Amino acid sequence: MSSLIEVRDLERRYSRRDVHALRGVSFDVEPGQRFGIVGESGSGKSTLVRLLAGLDQPTSGSITFRGQRVDGVPERKLKFLRSELQIVFQDPMGSLDPRMRVRDIIGEPLGRVDRGRVAELLDAVGLPADAADRYPHQFSGGQRQRISIARALAPRPSVLVADEPVSALDVSVRAQILDLLADLVDRFELTMVFVSHDLGVVRHVCDTVAVMRRGEIVELGAVDQVYDQPAHEYTRELIAAAPSLRAALAKLTEGT
Amino acid sequence: MTLVVEDLGVSDLVRDVLFEVGKGERVGLIGESGSGKSLTALSIMGLLPDELRASGSVKLNGRELLGESERELSRLRGNEMSMVFQEPMTALNPAMRVGRQVAEPMSIHGTRRDHKAAAAELLDSVGLPSDAVRAYPHQLSGGQRQRVVLAMALANDPALLICDEPTTALDVTVQARILDLILSSTRQRETSLLFITHDLAVVASVCERVLVMLDGEIVEAGSTLDVLTAPKHEYTQRLLKASDLEAS
Repeated sequence: MSSLIEVRDLERRYSRRDVHALRGVSFDVEPGQRFGIVGESGSGKSTLVRLLAGLDQPTSGSITFRGQRVDGVPERKLKFLRSELQIVFQDPMGSLDPRMRVRDIIGEPLGRVDRGRVAELLDAVGLPADAADRYPHQFSGGQRQRISIARALAPRPSVLVADEPVSALDVSVRAQILDLLADLVDRFELTMVFVSHDLGVVRHVCDTVAVMRRGEIVELGAVDQVYDQPAHEYTRELIAAAPSLRAALAKLTEGT
Repeated sequence: MTLVVEDLGVSDLVRDVLFEVGKGERVGLIGESGSGKSLTALSIMGLLPDELRASGSVKLNGRELLGESERELSRLRGNEMSMVFQEPMTALNPAMRVGRQVAEPMSIHGTRRDHKAAAAELLDSVGLPSDAVRAYPHQLSGGQRQRVVLAMALANDPALLICDEPTTALDVTVQARILDLILSSTRQRETSLLFITHDLAVVASVCERVLVMLDGEIVEAGSTLDVLTAPKHEYTQRLLKASDLEAS
């Protein structure tokens, strides 16, 4: 069986600024996988998301989705991708139209008024039915992210791309949104591509992880293996630098 | 005590806040967005927005700050007390070279006359190369910018340094280095530190004591070890559980 997403030798240069954002990235995402991409700012994560979603064109290399090319294809021929692959962005306030009611935001990808479907989606993301009548500013950050997720699920996608979906949220809300994403992926049999700078978060929700640095994947493998036995020096450095509550507390306990 | 805060209130948003920070002590203030952490910090600095009023008492080295004139407060800020904000790009002047900017607290408070030498020393003390003097903020990375802000905050050896989410906007590897720098420079100068964060792992690695804020009130306080290993308040317990992603 072939992979759901195949990325081969992907390069992206921004010639005007002389930036080599991606340098020969290749990987496969299998159906049902929870594929994490972790890296620091400037590693090429966001460029990769844009290319996966057909929002930008690579300088060279290819991306195929269910055997169909995504790169080099005009927008009018990307309809299959637009419904199959949906994105949840980092900042829910920036990605929700402040002047639209939640009902219209969630219903927009459907292209028609479907109150039943909107109610179903609100229920799926744990929001009350009357949320449909309200506007984005009437919700907290976590609730807004639930609205973004509901909108992403509306066209019944097979792939959900989450780009730093919890980075702008408080810790206590963060865990709830991560659990929600994991539940939804199971329930709707989705494939998830999850992008984050936070290793703890990726470990919490993904089964596979690609570690990126300066436009390259330096390590790729099963999450537990990469975290427990990192092969690349940069991965080790990232793990060591990530603040770990357990490690910090262990240190404090020793000190007493 | 370097800082003594008693019955601090800010409109209805912060109520009955009471805590102290001793000389050279590092105290963490944790809580979610909207809990009143930043308002507490701004009331100490005298930087509350015009529409908000602080009540109660804030004493820095025995001197009452609430009700003090702006003129007096501006003599203290950047001198006796200083603050590092989350976003270094907005804290720096984009049109001023880093060298002039970093020496500004000294020239304003008249603590040193040889500004050029002072700038070079300050940048060196936070691990920046000497050619950073001529750079503009946009030419530096996020971590380098935060180093500049920290150098400015420490320029006059303040008694109190307040850091409000100083590493939240930074990458993890950079965050680790900036936290090390904050620790080493405050230890060396015996600066009292009030450190605001929502990240329990960060507070555990930086602070000796911690205050937990919820809806404008401090609901739990104690040594970092006690609060984070044996939390009493239900909210602290919830916060800990949510922070420990390694658990499942």
